[in-house]
Amino acid sequence: MTMQNKITGRVYVLGDDIDTDQIIPAAHLVYSLEDPEERKKYGEYALSGVPTAQAGLPEGNIPFVKNGEHESEYAIIIAAKNFGCGSSREHAPAALEIAGVEAVIAPTYARIFYRNAVDGGFLIPAESQQSLVPFFHTGDEAVLDLDAKTVTNKRTGESYPINDLGQVSNIIDAGGIFSYARKSGMLKETADA
Amino acid sequence: MSMTITEKILAAHAGLKHVSPGENIWIDADVLMTHDVCGPPTIGIFKKEFGEKAQVFDKNKVVIIPDHYIFTKDMHANRNIDILREFAREHNLPNYYDVGGERYKGVCHVALAEEGWCRPGDVLFGTDSHTCTAGAFGQFATGIGNTDAAFILGTGKLWVKVPETMQFIIDGKIPPHIMAKDIILQIIGDIGVDGASYRTMEFAGSGVEAMTMEDRMTLCNMVIEAGGKNGVVAADAKTEEFVKARTNAPYKIYQNDMDAKYHSTWYYKAEELTPMVAKPHSPDNKASVREVQTEKITRAYIGSCTGGKFSDFVAAAEILKGQQVAVDTFIVPATTEVDRLLRTTMIDGKSMMQVFEDAGAQVGKPSCAACLGGPADTFGRTHGEEICISTTNRNFPGRMGSKSSQVYLASPYTVAASALTGKITDPREFLG
Repeated sequence: MTMQNKITGRVYVLGDDIDTDQIIPAAHLVYSLEDPEERKKYGEYALSGVPTAQAGLPEGNIPFVKNGEHESEYAIIIAAKNFGCGSSREHAPAALEIAGVEAVIAPTYARIFYRNAVDGGFLIPAESQQSLVPFFHTGDEAVLDLDAKTVTNKRTGESYPINDLGQVSNIIDAGGIFSYARKSGMLKETADA
Repeated sequence: MSMTITEKILAAHAGLKHVSPGENIWIDADVLMTHDVCGPPTIGIFKKEFGEKAQVFDKNKVVIIPDHYIFTKDMHANRNIDILREFAREHNLPNYYDVGGERYKGVCHVALAEEGWCRPGDVLFGTDSHTCTAGAFGQFATGIGNTDAAFILGTGKLWVKVPETMQFIIDGKIPPHIMAKDIILQIIGDIGVDGASYRTMEFAGSGVEAMTMEDRMTLCNMVIEAGGKNGVVAADAKTEEFVKARTNAPYKIYQNDMDAKYHSTWYYKAEELTPMVAKPHSPDNKASVREVQTEKITRAYIGSCTGGKFSDFVAAAEILKGQQVAVDTFIVPATTEVDRLLRTTMIDGKSMMQVFEDAGAQVGKPSCAACLGGPADTFGRTHGEEICISTTNRNFPGRMGSKSSQVYLASPYTVAASALTGKITDPREFLG
């Protein structure tokens, strides 16, 4: 995916330290990410490891993906600190993308998840300046504006600042590390060239 | 300009005289390691991006160690091994440790050390977050995703952001009942699961100097649980002896400059350390064993890259020999070499394996097994509301399989002592 400047969608709200086992439990890491049908399993099980009481705050008990489906109605995840901690599995940002997530907004990320999200071009890991968990309810409609560097809750009308993406914006803009390396001349243009 | 060990290794691999924290640089990889969970998608991306006929950057620098889902009937997991085997055959890769024969090793981070891939001054990238274990050898070693690994597979290079270094000094004589696991659980509890995000955790001081290589591996293994990019211990004579016994490959030992800059320095007095646990459901949810010693457990597990090395079982055997476990106890040697040592090392006329079996423990085959749950038929995996005390590295919800189970992390001494009583137990109750 290449960068869109505005992402609009419903939000799914999560707490602190959402680790990769909660994003995609290890038992499901066996499916192919290339096979167009099999990869849908990752969407089906995305965020299935989150304890039900913490799934979809503030109320909880809201499934991220409805039973039997592989696409979520939520395009934006709002989370608290250290999102994506734990393992290096790239299946985590991939599962979120397959489920239809376009951006995560959290004050801090675990390093490998952040890298994977950027280098694989799966989704935009936007950094809020504080945890926005208290200001959003799961299901609220939000607008993430990357030019204005804000996220707006359409229910409350309030906007919150988002950090500049900094140096990684070049990779995000390009759509991942491979396209970035081709654009910058580090790699040859096409795969078999 | 002064630099830390990590900064020096990164500078040397970027062809630069000097690097500073925060700089983004491209570095050369000395070793790229992958396994059965992340290898197949890495291969998929490699073929898509570089072409079906593309060659790997250096077949001698690619190491493939299947270890996660080996002893399972899961057809998708078995297919993933086939993909690795086919790729190794297609590219004539000499360092593929295949399943089902003499070459099979088991847990990659322990096997990397055994096979001489952990070398001071080198850069090791691996598609597993616990790749940081190899920092114990004065190596720059860090976990990456599939896309980054595919990029390295084709180019031998990756961009990294130079991390700041946090220093952890453990001075003094470590008491005999304290294991490296207690120390790292204390540190993670003190700084939090994001306390070292994007940073290097360096371990030093007389306590660390006195540690075995396996103890240093335990410290570095869990830096990822504090969000660290890599762990590092300065290589010394002990490191060199270990490495030279396993490889003739060259290596280079770097030391911190006297005036190197650190993000922060933390001091621990070895004599004041106490047996620790991480309570459910986070590795930073610290408590001393004494604080939780009446808590009931229903299962004990000894294994993984953190707590399945030979010395971890020597510690467990010291407590379990001649006793009977009170709860289901699972023993999983990290590698086939650890397994061999358990069969050939005798205690009072019995092999260590026999000691465990006589104590009523179940012994599994070398692999990652239930450390990360895995397919339903994984040895030791939780399926219900088990309360497990484990020598592994993570206890997030559902980590060992069931979302309703609870996991306490502890040292092999504490896990073995707790297995005997069915509640969390201070190992000093059983140690002479």
